[in-house]
Amino acid sequence: MTDIASTRPTSMRDLAAARKREERRTRAFLLAPAMAILIFAASGPLLIVLVYSFLTPGDYGGVVWEFSLKAWFNVFAERDFFTEEIELADAHLSIMWRSIKLSLMTTVICLIIGFPTAYFIATRPRGTRDFWMLLVIIPFWTNLLIRTFAIMELIRNEGTFNSFLVGIGVIDTPIQMMFTEFAVLVGMAYVYLPLMILPIYASMERFDFSLVEAGYDLYATRFQVLRRIILPLVKPGVVAGSILVFVPCLGAYVTPRVLGGGKNMMLGNFIELQFGQGRNWPLGAALALTLLVIVMVALIFYVRAVGREEVRGHG
Amino acid sequence: MIEIDRVTKVFGSAADAFRALDTVSVTIRQNEFFTLLGPSGCGKTTLLRVIAGFVDPTEGSVTLEGQDLLRLAPYERPVNTVFQSYALFPHMTVAQNIGFGLEMQGKPGEEVRRTVGEMLDLVRMSELADRRTSEISGGQQQRVALARALAPRPRVLLLDEPLSALDFKLRKDMQLELKRLQSETGITFVFVTHDQEEALTMSDRIAVMNAGAIRQIGSPRDIYDHPAERFVADFIGDTNFLEAELLTVEGERAEVRLASGREIAARAAEGGAGQGPVTVAVRPEHADLAPEGEGLLPGRLGDVVYFGTDTHFHVDLDAGGRFVVRRQNQPDQAEARGRGDRVSVRFGPGVGQVLRD
Amino acid sequence: MARGKGFDVTRQPGFTTVALLCFVMLYLPIVLLVVFSFNDSTSVAEWGGFSLRWYQSALENERVQEATIRSVIIATAASILATGAAVGAALATTRTRPWRGQTVVFAIVNQPLMVPEIVTAVALLIFFAMIKVATGYTGLWYLIIAHTAFCIPFAFLPIRARLQGMDLTLEQAAADLYATPWQAFRRVTLPQLWPGILAGAMLAFVISLDDVVITEFVKSAGQDTLPTYMLGQLRRVVTPEINAISTALLAVSVLLVMAFFFLSRSRK
Repeated sequence: MTDIASTRPTSMRDLAAARKREERRTRAFLLAPAMAILIFAASGPLLIVLVYSFLTPGDYGGVVWEFSLKAWFNVFAERDFFTEEIELADAHLSIMWRSIKLSLMTTVICLIIGFPTAYFIATRPRGTRDFWMLLVIIPFWTNLLIRTFAIMELIRNEGTFNSFLVGIGVIDTPIQMMFTEFAVLVGMAYVYLPLMILPIYASMERFDFSLVEAGYDLYATRFQVLRRIILPLVKPGVVAGSILVFVPCLGAYVTPRVLGGGKNMMLGNFIELQFGQGRNWPLGAALALTLLVIVMVALIFYVRAVGREEVRGHG
Repeated sequence: MIEIDRVTKVFGSAADAFRALDTVSVTIRQNEFFTLLGPSGCGKTTLLRVIAGFVDPTEGSVTLEGQDLLRLAPYERPVNTVFQSYALFPHMTVAQNIGFGLEMQGKPGEEVRRTVGEMLDLVRMSELADRRTSEISGGQQQRVALARALAPRPRVLLLDEPLSALDFKLRKDMQLELKRLQSETGITFVFVTHDQEEALTMSDRIAVMNAGAIRQIGSPRDIYDHPAERFVADFIGDTNFLEAELLTVEGERAEVRLASGREIAARAAEGGAGQGPVTVAVRPEHADLAPEGEGLLPGRLGDVVYFGTDTHFHVDLDAGGRFVVRRQNQPDQAEARGRGDRVSVRFGPGVGQVLRD
Repeated sequence: MARGKGFDVTRQPGFTTVALLCFVMLYLPIVLLVVFSFNDSTSVAEWGGFSLRWYQSALENERVQEATIRSVIIATAASILATGAAVGAALATTRTRPWRGQTVVFAIVNQPLMVPEIVTAVALLIFFAMIKVATGYTGLWYLIIAHTAFCIPFAFLPIRARLQGMDLTLEQAAADLYATPWQAFRRVTLPQLWPGILAGAMLAFVISLDDVVITEFVKSAGQDTLPTYMLGQLRRVVTPEINAISTALLAVSVLLVMAFFFLSRSRK
């Protein structure tokens, strides 16, 4: 083979093309299983949801293959049964509003508790930080249902909290907390709190505390140091944490179902209802896509915010 | 014999394309210790990686004893590399690392064991055969990397700045060790470094590279004494550059007139200009100080810097510019001259090197 | 100000208090849940002495047994499949040159992390309903495939991180020493990748074991997993049996997560 190679030098272009083909084949082979599964059981079905949102509901669930814009119309508006007038779909909008409101409130609560906690962990001696982080990570990986359930046990009428208060005679009758917005709020804040702490800690861990020393050296007070030096530098972590809490809150299903009951439905539960008793699959599909759009808007906002932050960091 | 013919490598494309190698041609002879020397980013490592097969050139050809290397994948080429970071497999022992190449070649277990034993002896590591690579020192890791690359008896050994991670003392020892291994094994070594001293001590021939091109190829003495270009003269050792006028040139012999008006014989680089203004390079240790009126270039003494082994005299020439003379120190030799004294610089005929550019 | 102890630059008033309260809040509900699972009384609020009766009753409950077995089967299958697929995808995105369309691949892989679970659940409900009608098959594979899909990103992230953190010159050294790409993978990449693979598989297992929403929508009649069984029970009278099951699940998750934590730390 020596002489063949020497008589005819290889064309680098052919060689490069051959290598590229080879690489493309390897890549396709490696990607195929993951892509096949994900497209089959995650991305692809989303397109079917889109199709379904434009169909007519069947009488007993399912759909009739007939084009209709009614589901999308019904997401935001409804036609009065008697007067035929078009009015805003109050019930749907109030559920959407509750979802957004509770999600925002949960995010704020998590931020108020999570920021000092992340700060606390980041200022521990290096050796013990892992221990504190483990304490945050364990609840995070504990089944969400179990954690919701734990909160329920705590705030039920016959739960630990009420029994304790009645037991020591502070109150006579238990405080009704279950099946209120308050319960949903407490539950979601509890469940999603680790998602706030983790990213804030991640950006705080890299924070250089000699900057704080420089701040104090230049006459800043503790609050000024926090507001003018620490906060601006860990802002990406704060934004990330807020998004990580806000987005799953919007789509929450288990926590509002267990703690909020039928009266305090959020979007997730309302969507489920359309596939259960509601038997209006197209409306459910349209609502699911609406939720998806709201989440995407939040994510785009996040990418923008972080992107700008990075640009500023380099400039 | 490795023949590298008009190899060009362009990274990136269009606007931000970077020409790492620009039509590089060089022939590396059988059994020689060949060094690619140059500043970082000059393309020397890229050229090494082209030979190893980790970089495909954009154009050109590379053959080893007539065999087209570019067609072969890295694992098909009879060349081995000693990586700058050593790249020892952390999950294997010293012996397993050394035996890896032989095993991949499908050599029988008995032969692998025997060769590994020989290699361990060669690099004097026999007693550490079963250690993990993380449990041995940097110098020992270096030797394992060498043994691992030598074990499959490659026709060419490529060394990518292998000594840069070692401390000064160890580096000196390893330089000699490498030289010994090269002559004992008779394998062609292609050595990449940015350290001129390392290149000068170890190499049979050196190729000085800059900006993706080879500027000069020659023996260490050639390169040092007769740099062809300003870059080479500047990069290797310290040099004084003198503006002069080339009067006549005949082969290597040239006659120049210095700025002071004195005329002297010098050596001309190949491919230089015929006549007119040129630059003449003179090494500091090739020149000396003379009393005023006797030398070639009169001037006034500036800083006198003591370096232990020698002393540097900075002379501000009357014709402009500064000339450094280096004189080796002798015991009990007091320096009579001081700053501000009138002196003259002198050097012999044939000492000055007329540069190509 | 700096008397005796000196000036602590890291101090912010009230932060430590909030943080410690936060840890109490994080653990109080869980600890109460665990404690009352050992309660020898039907009430979840009054302590009636230590007992394992709820564990025993859970163990003897046939539906719990079935759900447990089903959960384990699904989690095992899904985590193995997801890890295998994730290794391939991680190799493709770290060991071949960047290519156009890479962002699409990342978007698809990360989709289960970004799209709300309820949306995916609805999508799968619709899609699988169509398949069920078309094929008549109602077995466990729907759940396994659905779980595999949302487990892939969780397996992908640690494996890719590990691949990215690896020294590429090691693989080059292997190629230089006559190892074919497959040999280099088997002998050099894979041995170093194991901690990442194990970590990814464990994460996938926990995620699958914990899933409620997608399982709830995808499962056919009588295909309860442990979490959906528990969710179903909440509508009826709550007994500490649920606490017992929760505690057991909790123990499994905590063990796996701690193992994951130390595995991913071992690289340093």
